[in-house]
Parts: sequence; C-alpha cells; structure tokens
Amino acid sequence: MTAAIETQSGIAGQQARAGMPAHHAAIFIGLLAAGLVAPFLLYPVFVMKVLCFALFACAFNLLLGYGGLLSFGHAAYFGGAAYVSAHAAKVWGFPPELAILSGVVASAILGTVFGALAIRRQGIYFAMVTLAFAQMVFFFSLQAPFTGGEDGIQAVPRGNLFGVLSLRSDFSLYFVVLAIFLGGLLLIYRIIHSPFGQVLKAIRENEPRAISLGYRTNRYKLAVFVLSATLAGLAGATKAIVFQLASLTDVHWSMSGEVVLMTLIGGMGTVFGPIVGAAVIVTMQNYLATMGAWVTVIQGCIFVICVLLFREGVVGVLARWLKKPL
Amino acid sequence: MFELLGIPPQALFGQLLLGLINGSFYAILSLGLAVIFGLLNIINFTHGAQYMLGAFVAWMLLTYLGIGYWWALLIVPVVVGITGIIIERLLISRLYHLDHLYGLLLTFGLALIIQGVLRNQYGISGLPYAIPPQLAGGQNLGFMFLPNYRGWVVVASLVVCLGTWFVIEKTRLGAYLRAATENPTLVGAFGINVPRMITLTYGFGVALAAFAGVLAAPIYSVNPNMGADLIIVVFAVVVIGGMGSILGAIVTGFGLGLIEGLTKVFYPEASSVAIFVIMAVVLLVKPAGLFGRTA
Repeated sequence: MTAAIETQSGIAGQQARAGMPAHHAAIFIGLLAAGLVAPFLLYPVFVMKVLCFALFACAFNLLLGYGGLLSFGHAAYFGGAAYVSAHAAKVWGFPPELAILSGVVASAILGTVFGALAIRRQGIYFAMVTLAFAQMVFFFSLQAPFTGGEDGIQAVPRGNLFGVLSLRSDFSLYFVVLAIFLGGLLLIYRIIHSPFGQVLKAIRENEPRAISLGYRTNRYKLAVFVLSATLAGLAGATKAIVFQLASLTDVHWSMSGEVVLMTLIGGMGTVFGPIVGAAVIVTMQNYLATMGAWVTVIQGCIFVICVLLFREGVVGVLARWLKKPL
Repeated sequence: MFELLGIPPQALFGQLLLGLINGSFYAILSLGLAVIFGLLNIINFTHGAQYMLGAFVAWMLLTYLGIGYWWALLIVPVVVGITGIIIERLLISRLYHLDHLYGLLLTFGLALIIQGVLRNQYGISGLPYAIPPQLAGGQNLGFMFLPNYRGWVVVASLVVCLGTWFVIEKTRLGAYLRAATENPTLVGAFGINVPRMITLTYGFGVALAAFAGVLAAPIYSVNPNMGADLIIVVFAVVVIGGMGSILGAIVTGFGLGLIEGLTKVFYPEASSVAIFVIMAVVLLVKPAGLFGRTA
C-alpha cells in the first residue's frame, strides 16, 4: 500500500521529491486498517453509510476548502447520481459498477451545466445560485415520471460486481464501498497536492492576483466544481446501491446543509477533517433517530457553535497542535 | 365570454392574482434581504424562518391571548423584530470581521433551530388562521372574482414596499443608511453610531419578514416549513434582480410572481421551476442581475 501511494505521488511533478509526507501516509494506512477492522466491530451498513457521507463531505470540501467556493446545493449531485444509478440498476438491469458509473456521469454533466452558470457570480451570490439550482433538481425529482415521487426508487438490486461477485451480503459489499471511498479520497488528495491544486489555492486567496499572473481562473473554478460534483455523485450513487434506495431526502436542501455541517465540524480545508465530521454527524443521527425534529435543532445549534467558537473544526485544531497540515 | 389563447379568463386572471400574491411575498422578503445585505453584508438565511415565525406569533396571539389580526399586524413585526435585534447583538455582530460566508452559515443554523423547535411543538400539519371578518367575502369584477383578503394583501405589501423605498431613498435617515452602505468608516467619523444603525437595520429587515408572515397566515396554513421553500425562491429572485437597488427588488418580486402565475396557466408542469430557469437565463445574459451594479 505504501509503495502504491509513493509511486502515485511520484507523478506529481515538482513535488516529486517531497512525495507524500510520512504522517499523511501513516493516516492513509491507519484509515485502511481501521476500514478493514471496522465491519467486524460495528454494523457494516452503518460503516458504509459513514464512508459514503465521508466521501461526499470530502468532495464538498475540495470545492469549499481548496477552491473557496461555498456551494449550498451539493445535494443535487449526490441525490441526482443516486436517482440515476438506482434507475440504471433497477430498470435497465445494469450491474452495480455500471450503475454507479452512470450516476457519476450524470452528476458530472449536471455539475458542468450548473457550475458554468454559477461561477458567473461570486461569494454569497454563488451560494444562492447553487442552492436555487439544487431546488430545481428537487422539484424535478418530485415530478419526474421515473423518480417515484414521494416514495423514491425502492428495492434497488445490488447485483453482481463485474457479473461474478454477488453483493447481496453486507460484508462483500462493504469492501467494495471501502475501496471506492479510499480510491476517491486518494484522488482528492492527489488533486489538492497537484500543481492544479496550488493554483486553486492561489485563486482562493487572491483571485485578482491569480488573474494578473495569467491564470484563467474561471476555467480552474469550473474544473474544481465539476470534480467536486462528480465525486459527490460517486458518493451518492454508491449510497443508492448500499441502501437500495434513492429518495427525495437525497436531493433536499437539508442534505446540502448537512454536508456543509460535516465539513465545518471536521475542519474546512483539511484533507481528513470531513471524514471526522461525517462520522460525527452520521453517528449522531443514528443515536438520536428517535428524537424526531430535535435532531434538526441540535444540528442548528452545532452550526451556530461551530461558526462562533470552533471555526477550525476538529482536525483543524489537531493540525494546529501538531503544527502539521492534515 | 371572451377567451385568450384558448384559456378562459377566469382561469387566467385567477392565476395572475395568485401570481401577484406570491409576488407580494417575494417583493417584501427580497426587499428585507436586500436592506440587510446592504448594510450587514450577510445573506440572512433565517429570513424564511422569521417570516414563518411572524405567522406563528400571529397565531399564538390569537389562540392564547385572543388578540386579533389587526393588532397582530402591528405587534408581530415589533416582537419578531426585537428577537432579530437580540440575535444580531448576541451572535451576528461577532462575525463582521470574518468572511461573509460565516454569516450565511450562522443564519442557516438559526433557521434550523427555529424550524425544529416549532416542528416539535406544533407538528407539520399546519394550523388554520381565519381571515379577519372585515375582509371576508369578495368582489365580482365581471371578468373574475376577487376575494377581498387577497386584494388587501397586494395593496398592503405594495404600501409597505413603497414606504420602505421612500424612507431609504428620500429621507435623511435613508441617506445615512445609504452612506453607511457605501462607506461605514466615513459615516462613523461624522459622529453617526453605525453599529446601532446596523442593529436597527437588521431588526427592520426581520420585521418586514414577520409582517409578510402575518399577511400570509390566513392564505397559507401556518406551518413550520412555510418559510423554508419560499426563501430559496426568494434567493433566486434576489439573484435575478441583484441587491443593488430597492426599487429593483420590488419590481423583480412582483414581476416574477406574475410570470410564475402565467406559467401555471400555460405550462403548469414548469411552474415550480420557472423562476430558477429565468435565473439561469439572467446569469447567462446579464450576470450582475437585472438591477445589479457590476459584480
């Protein structure tokens, strides 16, 4: 595993000599180890839910933490991909890998269209535009003939991976989800630490200066938007296969709010923060499921507290203590 | 009877009236958002929840204290406006030195709290609020039937919107406000208490939302989710109009309500997304918004 990571980071041009810092490699190995042990200690479906939302939050954080763009409509790509992959698996009879792929392609297309429009406005307007587009996807999902309205698409078959490996058991499916999650995370890590990621950081810090240096910032912003939407789609499509369900919850604005909250708790602009945030929020929802609307109240309180007192997030604070970027 | 493009006039004017009503709410709410954004530089995500709170406080006044509609129209904006002032002093004022996005996140959290608490208390089925007896019934205008209360909503919101426009554009207080929007430091140097002005502006914006909530209570059922979906449409309205101009916000609000009403007549399937599609077109053609200053 270490060797694989090092060869991958070796491609990264100028940073080749640095490679992946030792503590990052250690975290990746730690995640892999924890991921391999987790299903033996915890309920596998629960861990899969955490992994899906962690990937979703990491994809969102790529846009917010590294591109500096707050999208308040990421549910559109997560839920849109969930619907498409559920439809592909159930109605078209696609095997899971192709079903997930079609969801990912759909979210990439959606991200390209919405992203190209949204980056025409900055800051707060950008957030409002993305939210409005996501609401459009919500209304579409409510009315479109193939989405099943309030019921959503239920009983999606998990099928056989590559036509051979049955995913009927939670256990075999779990390792597929773990592989998707780690693959997605490594890709995001790679993007952040590539020259492309450095330009993004420059745009986030000072866009006029990046423009004056000759970067076509809009192209970079659109590219990171599409990447983020696509990876959010990967998370959503996987979620649809895991829970065998795509529903209106996945495209609702509260889902967009949840992913912001996960990123905020874990730490915006940290590689590993959103994973922690997703674990915290999913665990909380799991334990407080019986409390009804109080979950919303608690989430609102966490939002307020995080914004006022805890803007760095869990991993952000850890990184400051360790004096190392995480 | 005459027909327009095969649509019976009752249906056409009925939908146009509904559009005008929706437009009244878009106008008041986007006006409040624009006023708050002008001075505080935050987008008040709580606006929808405060509109809903207005309707709920009106319902509570009637149910628990027996205070009727007309008093509610006066009391509710004051009460909810004061809660807004408290929120601004205690929470929002701590964020002015940070990125504007934190203000958005904070007010989003507050909206979740308000909605969640009321949902626990009153459920989501909706509570009835009767039309005040003075405004029951309606007028037959020949080409359509106009319920008195709906006519009143349009008139009342027009008056409130134009009143706000007058205060901001034509009075000394409004001049201070506009000056502080341009350059708060300089206005402060002239001895004007800018932080207090900011607080009162937020309170006023919130009071506008609450006023809209009271107006809405007899039309829509009073329920905790009534503001959440509306505020997203209002965001789109704000993006279309741009927040630079007060009159622009009012015109865009009413105009989009009418357009939405027309889509309901001619192509009902698209009515819920009409405003978002218009937003996409405006972003393509005039990214700064119809009345916006250059971004």
